[in-house]
Amino acid sequence: MLNINLNHLLGIFITSIFIENILLAYFLGMCSFLAVSKRVDTAMGLGIAVVFVLTITAPINWVIYQYILIPGALTSFGLPNIDLTFLKLITFISVIAAVVQLVEMIIEKFSPSLYMSLGIFLPLIAVNCAVLGVSSFMVERDYNLMETIIYSIGSGIGWWLAIISMASIREKLLYSNIPKNLEGLGITMITTGIMALGFMCFGGIDLMKENKENLNSSYEEKISMKFMEKKNDFIFRK
Amino acid sequence: MSIKNIMKTSIWYSNPVAFQVLGVCSALAVTVQLENSLVMGISLTLVVAGSNFLLSLIRNYIPYNIRIIVELAIISSLVNIIDELLLAYYFEMSKALSVFVGLIITNCIVMGRAEAFALANKPIESFWDGIGNGIGYALVLILVGSVREILGSGCLLGYKIIPDILYNYGYVDNGLMLFPPAAFILLGILIFCLKTAGGGNGEEK
Repeated sequence: MLNINLNHLLGIFITSIFIENILLAYFLGMCSFLAVSKRVDTAMGLGIAVVFVLTITAPINWVIYQYILIPGALTSFGLPNIDLTFLKLITFISVIAAVVQLVEMIIEKFSPSLYMSLGIFLPLIAVNCAVLGVSSFMVERDYNLMETIIYSIGSGIGWWLAIISMASIREKLLYSNIPKNLEGLGITMITTGIMALGFMCFGGIDLMKENKENLNSSYEEKISMKFMEKKNDFIFRK
Repeated sequence: MSIKNIMKTSIWYSNPVAFQVLGVCSALAVTVQLENSLVMGISLTLVVAGSNFLLSLIRNYIPYNIRIIVELAIISSLVNIIDELLLAYYFEMSKALSVFVGLIITNCIVMGRAEAFALANKPIESFWDGIGNGIGYALVLILVGSVREILGSGCLLGYKIIPDILYNYGYVDNGLMLFPPAAFILLGILIFCLKTAGGGNGEEK
């Protein structure tokens, strides 16, 4: 657990911010993204709150998962044959709801000014899919504790970056002439699509080489395979 | 409200994905293929209907302050059941959908309908409202999913749709359709079409 490979961690960090942005590549946290991205300052508040909660919940969930839920984790308590992994969703969502509540209370007590700016967003986060999504991905990809911490911070920053850029674009969109039926949600979706297209360009950075073999989700495999095909095709044509 | 009215409202006039901005996350993520979209649509319909029905049954006994926790507990138990069923009987699909079945818990449609409808209405009506919203969600998924699969890989449910002869004349599958940006753009276009067709009277500003 403690043999830290800095290159590898940096790879995870950059990948989770740019290449596999949690919002633009996995669509997590879309609901609050669409609802709160109307103004830059509110978007900023929610973005920071998400980074904060993500960084706390994912490592807690990792510890609970590794030391209580996986098969054989309770051996030291005399229960070697117990497999509690089927409880992971319920555990994760309870931890997230509890942490959000706790963080809200602590911030209210110790920093009223921060509470005023973050407070209204904290309850929203409990049902933000990005938070539960990061916990689920960390299980699916078999990350260790260090990787989980880096991954959760990276994903949070990626989400923050996406919502900030979207809010800035939407503030400008107010002054542009949009077809009536496309106003609101329609144009926001298309703008997000174009933004995602931009973020796809980061796919050329190949930091995850050693990690690629570990990904067992077919979705990722499909994407990376498709990407390699495209790449070869491109080279071939040249 | 009659059941017919409830269904009509939830599928057409205030379709959850297209007009209420609810549950967009999974609507985009699983629509690479039609089959995934179908399974996801069915799972979500079951969860919404079930949670609406159960919550409506006990709505008079839930203390107002802790209702969100109660809702989360019921929803996550139902999602857990679906997740385990998929793992047991449909393993490949469960791998393909990866974390997105679990994310039904935080799908805003489920929470939204529980808050907005089930806590104020009778069990039977809530049940049908859940079914209606689930179908509304599934329809959008099916539309986006079929377009992406046909344009992206020339197939539908795994069968070749676009004839070989077109490929011989130089037709190429649009690989972009399999990537995330296409989902955003397609959904944007779909919302535009639905609005132009006259849906979505009860939509947000």
